Amino acid sequence: MGTIQPKVSEPVSEELALVHAAKAGDMGAFEELVRRYDRNVFRIAQHITQNREDAEDVVQDAFLKAYQNLPNFQEQSKFYTWLVRIAVNEALMRLRRRRPERMVSLDEDIKTEEDTMPREVADWAPNPEQLYTQGELREILGKTIQGLPPSFRTVFVLRDVEGLSTEETADALDLSIPAVKSRLLRARLQLRERLNKYFRNRTRGDGKK
Amino acid sequence: MTCSEFLKELTDYLDDQMDAQTRAELEDHLQWCHNCYVVCNTTKMTIEIYRDSHLYELPDDLRSKLRTAIISKCHGHKSEGAETPAAAETPGPKLAAKSKNTQPQK
Repeated sequence: MGTIQPKVSEPVSEELALVHAAKAGDMGAFEELVRRYDRNVFRIAQHITQNREDAEDVVQDAFLKAYQNLPNFQEQSKFYTWLVRIAVNEALMRLRRRRPERMVSLDEDIKTEEDTMPREVADWAPNPEQLYTQGELREILGKTIQGLPPSFRTVFVLRDVEGLSTEETADALDLSIPAVKSRLLRARLQLRERLNKYFRNRTRGDGKK
Repeated sequence: MTCSEFLKELTDYLDDQMDAQTRAELEDHLQWCHNCYVVCNTTKMTIEIYRDSHLYELPDDLRSKLRTAIISKCHGHKSEGAETPAAAETPGPKLAAKSKNTQPQK
């Protein structure tokens, strides 16, 4: 069985040249960095906050904060990883504001019954893309990921949607590598389990499709 | 190898972050355990579906509006003078996407 192929990222040296130019006061270079990563930051923010307005605010505040702190950026990590760290913090802050009654922390390590061996093991056939329209599929995926604890969906979006490595994710979230791996496994298994009801093989008479 | 042991290694297996011997043991397990084969396959599909879903894409008009607001605010910060390092630690005021005082972009 094949493995998941990582996304190909931009050459680091090119990014670093933009960072150096931006640090030297070249606003055009900073704008290029915004152009490069605004879509990623928006996706991450909306995955975490699950709210469009909050995601828009996070994009603005994260880039502004990055700009303000650029002189302090030590270049020990990639600019993008550093930016993600800022964006995740901004997004979690907004989530806490919106849900003050619930503790929202990346440190939470929730154990649930879903962490045990998967209950549903039916294969998915035909492919989910063939069962639903793009709009329906997006609605299902959005609803499903919304149900995950914030700490799980944050790790999932960085690793599996944005393609950061385990080390970069750990760095961006200030978590240990085992903690990232543990949350990622559980996030993946919980999503899989929840998607089963939509995508499982229905050719044996238990569904209409 | 038991199913629980297989499950613990699933993430490293899918991410191809393991030595050849462990990989061979996992693949041997997959040869005879249909349940683990299905879990592995559908977990891989879960990841691929999310990665390719274009969920929460930033529409072009909003993207342009946000970028204008960001750059305008950065220009504001620059002209205020960034000589106050303490201020750099605190986030700036909330920005309006519909910025009225957009400065020309370089």
